[in-house]
Amino acid sequence: MGLENFALGFSIAVTPFNLFVAMVGITLGTIIGVLPGLGGANGVAILLPLTFTMPPTSAIILLTSLYWGALFGGAITSILFNIPGEPWSVATTFDGYPMARQGLGGQALTAAFTSSFVGAFFSIVLITLFAPLLAEIALKFGPPEFFAIQLLTFSSFVGLGGGNPLKSLVSILLGFILAAVGLDIVTGQLRMTFGFTELMKGFDFIVAVIGLFGIGEILLSVEEGLSFSGAATGMKLGVVLETWRILPRYWRTFVRGAFIGFWMGFKPGGATPASFMSYAFAKRFSKNADRFGKGELEGVVAPETAAHAAGVAAMLPMITLGIPGSPTAAVMLGGLIIWGLQPGPMLFKEKPDFVWGLIASMYTGNILGVLMVLAFVPFFAAILRIPFAILTPLIVVVCAVGSYAVHNSMIDVWYMLLFGVVGYVFKKLDYPLAPLVLALVLGDLAENALRQSLIMSQGSIGIFFGRPISGAIMSVAVLFFLLPVITPWWRRLRGTPVTTTPAARET
Amino acid sequence: MRAADLATAIVLMAVGGLVMFDAVRLGFDWGSDGPKSGFFPFWLAVLMIVACVAIVVQATRRAGGVFVSREQLRPVLAVLVPAVAMVLVMEFLGLYVASALYLAFYMRWVGRHRWITIVVLALGIPLATFLVFEQWFLVPMPKGPLEAWLGF
Repeated sequence: MGLENFALGFSIAVTPFNLFVAMVGITLGTIIGVLPGLGGANGVAILLPLTFTMPPTSAIILLTSLYWGALFGGAITSILFNIPGEPWSVATTFDGYPMARQGLGGQALTAAFTSSFVGAFFSIVLITLFAPLLAEIALKFGPPEFFAIQLLTFSSFVGLGGGNPLKSLVSILLGFILAAVGLDIVTGQLRMTFGFTELMKGFDFIVAVIGLFGIGEILLSVEEGLSFSGAATGMKLGVVLETWRILPRYWRTFVRGAFIGFWMGFKPGGATPASFMSYAFAKRFSKNADRFGKGELEGVVAPETAAHAAGVAAMLPMITLGIPGSPTAAVMLGGLIIWGLQPGPMLFKEKPDFVWGLIASMYTGNILGVLMVLAFVPFFAAILRIPFAILTPLIVVVCAVGSYAVHNSMIDVWYMLLFGVVGYVFKKLDYPLAPLVLALVLGDLAENALRQSLIMSQGSIGIFFGRPISGAIMSVAVLFFLLPVITPWWRRLRGTPVTTTPAARET
Repeated sequence: MRAADLATAIVLMAVGGLVMFDAVRLGFDWGSDGPKSGFFPFWLAVLMIVACVAIVVQATRRAGGVFVSREQLRPVLAVLVPAVAMVLVMEFLGLYVASALYLAFYMRWVGRHRWITIVVLALGIPLATFLVFEQWFLVPMPKGPLEAWLGF
């Protein structure tokens, strides 16, 4: 890798305009992360139409900054209100909220933001080092390899996602089916339109994201009955500095959390299980294990480090392989296509300014992010004091605006409502939504990779197993798909009870 | 809970059936230049139906429960029904008028806010949307007779 590339990236990310864009993104992202019902994925989806007229690098900086902001914002509501704004901040509530109740909200927030920053920074450094290498390797990939990687992506939802594997599978299949609706670009035939011209354009995943995550989430949260009773922030400069003096004591937790986060995060569905896993490990190895759950600072550090490391790591497969690691990354990938960029390893060769500008902006965005959230916590916390009878219709209107703006078409707004109801029902019945969205995004790519591979081999599936790289990836994918079948059988053999893992719900 | 689980699985199975029907029409075998259009959807549908059958079997074995109680459903419908009405109104009057009406209605009906709050927000939020989307980023929103009368 060239240091000149890195310098090029910074020369792009540190222009006044792009720094301004990053700050706007972080502010909006934090607000979105704080609000129930608006998460990273649909926040990015709603703002995507606004970026159509921007230069691609500024556009991706806006969207990634929004994502960092949403990651930070999740911690605020978890600690002060005991409401995890995002699924990966659930574990942060375990110790964060008790701390806030004891008047230690300032310490908890400082620890959360600092850990988020450390986790993110760790992942960014790894991305900087490994992304060019991975892209170099990926340049040699043919259709079978890409199909194998896509299959691996989906198999990890079934095998490692937790929850009901059959329902994960159905979510994936439904996503692929929705992606296939409309014009088949290879043969020019119309598929599954059943004579309706409205179906010719197919289903846009941005609309699906806004409906499934935005409207669906709002329906769920009004059902549960919103009641916000917040603790005071207690944020002072002295508290921040004092907490920073204590934090280095937990360096082991930081390192462990960062590794868990990165490792889980570059595979899809990672951030939420990573945060739980990191919390569990921290508790297991801590001398104060009995203090966990009652307001232990380390219990905030562990999940936040891992969640942010995972959230950033999800960008790695997106920029190198063109395969997103999370629904938010999937929406950004969709943005890349709309801005006229071809996602995948060629991006490093053809658009180095874009790729390195993006990587450099991860550094600047996270540094700006941690400073901004530390400074403006009371402001962000005040958002949740807005009465919910104002917030709820506001979020619905914002979702409608975002859905319409994608293609300037009213049918999309109706689809948004439909997806909202589907999201509500699916979430209640434990059908995971993240795989559905990823399948909808990757549908065409996966189908084309499959078709091209089969054309190469004259219709034999052997091609996926005959080539070394795709063969290895395929074997892992098959193993992951079979994991839900093997695990209970293996456990019975060893005589250990079946344990359930928390379901991975990513946004 | 079980009834909803069964119903969802059966609906999804029906979707699978529809997809399969269409895939058969398109042809799902090997064409002159590779797999035909129906190939990928066909196998998706097959897997979907198989998985849904398994989910049905699973669900019938499990104990039931309440999917959604009457008290839970009320606030959900209170959001959903006006939202549907808003989208319907949007078709005729445009987004700005529809969202102003929706915001005002919800704030008054559910929140019982003071009229002054309602008027300020119900006019202010669509106006802010207009400025950001229409003026600043040049993303057009659906407009109705009011906007036409105002000359946009």
